[in-house]
Amino acid sequence: MIAPSAYLLLSAILFGIGVVGVVARKNILIILMSVELMLNGVNVAFVAAGSYLGDAAGGVFAFMVMTVAAAEAAVGLALLIALYRLKETVDITELKVLKW
Amino acid sequence: MFLGNLASLRYFLPEFAVTATILLLVVLHVVTKSPRSTASGFLSLLGVGAAIFLAGVAPAGAGRSIFEGMVAHDGFAVFFKVLTALATLVVIFMSMDSRDLAGRSQAEYYIFLLSTLLGMFLLSSATDIVMLYLALELVSIPSYLLAGYLKGQERSTEAAMKYVVYGATASGVMIYGFSILFGLTGSTQVAEIGRSLAAGKATLPMLLASVMVAVGFGYKIAAVPFHMWSPDVYEGAPTPATAFFSVGPKAAGFAVLVRFYYTVFAAADPGTGLWRLTSAVDWPFLFAALSALTMTVGNLVAVKQSNVKRLLAYSSIAHAGYMLMGFVLLSSAGIEAILFYLVVYLFMNLGAFYVVVLVSNATRGEEISDFTGLGSRAPFAAVALSIFLFALTGIPPFSGFIGKVYLFAEVIHRGVYWLAVVAALNSVVSLYYYTRIVRAMFFEEPKDASAIPVPAVSGALLVLLVAPTLILGVYWEPVARIAADSVRMLAF
Repeated sequence: MIAPSAYLLLSAILFGIGVVGVVARKNILIILMSVELMLNGVNVAFVAAGSYLGDAAGGVFAFMVMTVAAAEAAVGLALLIALYRLKETVDITELKVLKW
Repeated sequence: MFLGNLASLRYFLPEFAVTATILLLVVLHVVTKSPRSTASGFLSLLGVGAAIFLAGVAPAGAGRSIFEGMVAHDGFAVFFKVLTALATLVVIFMSMDSRDLAGRSQAEYYIFLLSTLLGMFLLSSATDIVMLYLALELVSIPSYLLAGYLKGQERSTEAAMKYVVYGATASGVMIYGFSILFGLTGSTQVAEIGRSLAAGKATLPMLLASVMVAVGFGYKIAAVPFHMWSPDVYEGAPTPATAFFSVGPKAAGFAVLVRFYYTVFAAADPGTGLWRLTSAVDWPFLFAALSALTMTVGNLVAVKQSNVKRLLAYSSIAHAGYMLMGFVLLSSAGIEAILFYLVVYLFMNLGAFYVVVLVSNATRGEEISDFTGLGSRAPFAAVALSIFLFALTGIPPFSGFIGKVYLFAEVIHRGVYWLAVVAALNSVVSLYYYTRIVRAMFFEEPKDASAIPVPAVSGALLVLLVAPTLILGVYWEPVARIAADSVRMLAF
């Protein structure tokens, strides 16, 4: 039996790696992957809490998050392809047509 | 008392109207031989009109919790449904008139617009965090596509890409906050979470959760420091979509902000019209600081903008700051002031963007230099834009002044004097950059003095947007009463 706090720690670590990836990386593909990692961190927290509390709602929420993440990834990757055709780069620091 | 699924259906008619229209648009897009025809625009107008009628004119018994407690059907939700649907209606007219969108496939554009509307309906009435998250994403994902609708244009695609990255990150942080709340309370019901938290004493996780949820909602209403996406998206998106983002999702964001924080982190004191905090976490102060920061950054950065769309983006950030003032007061008069301000803001902001659409249809640009001499090139549009800009500044006798009076009066009444002073100083700053456009229109010589034609239909819509801006400045009693009633019916 693994203590519930271990799962919460794992979820915090996953989420933290995701946040660092979003903030520090320049490749938009990696950023989108890091967002997925954040969401998976959240999923671990939901499933762990749901199973600890004996409440199915936690698992249900995780499924919802997965579905939405898929939709978001579809839109994100489609836009990335459109962007790559125009600029031939996936570097977010190259996106500077719009600025202050 | 929760209503079951079947019994709930009759309280869900506005959503059905929007959904049916979306499906019809899909069918129309498949069967039609000319995807660029305006038929889809007219169909969307009909659908949204029906939704407004079903939501506002013929509301069925408000004040219940439907779909097993997922969604609230109350006056507060009805108010926001009518408001966001009205904004969508105006935006559909604007889109049909815009040269940006002409020559592109129309049906998909309206499908995205109406999907966002459906999301906003659900967002303003969600009372369960699962529903709330799905509604928020239903607003966000079609919005990304609307922002990037000008495929092949670098700035539109770039704006949409930035929007996805910011949006996905903000909502990820928000649901991490939700997972903490779920773990603490074992419930996904907003009201139930509020009751459990009031009984417990878990200050640190609650602080963490309230801050993380604030990131998600703050991004939706474009509050500083979660506003970074909005100037880029507002500049890059097609102008009608920009107008839509600046009013619709922002209003729905305020709806969910009020409903969530006033239920989860506060409890109503019956009979007094006030709420009290249920924990040691002083989130009203946090949001008061955000409000001051939001209006100050919005106004100061707006001063040095040369692109009118971008300037209006920063101005709409500043307006979110003003409206946040009403949110931190924990009083029903404060919420009432937000609701009233949103109505006023709908007309003046959509009006300003509509003139931008008309001008850029003719000049192909949105720089302030494209507006020079508008007073002689298109006098009616120039006068209308001046009225909208003065209303946005909050100068009497226009409607924006009354909106600000309500907000300021309640801030002072509740004794948050420093916030009132910051907001007053900000209004002065905003006068500077709004009058810069007015000066360019009336006192500067244009490079090209040819007249800009304003079609009769566009002129009529402009009149319909100017009229409320003027009338609400002198006779605002009915709207204020509706706003007050919508707060009173805020039942969970």
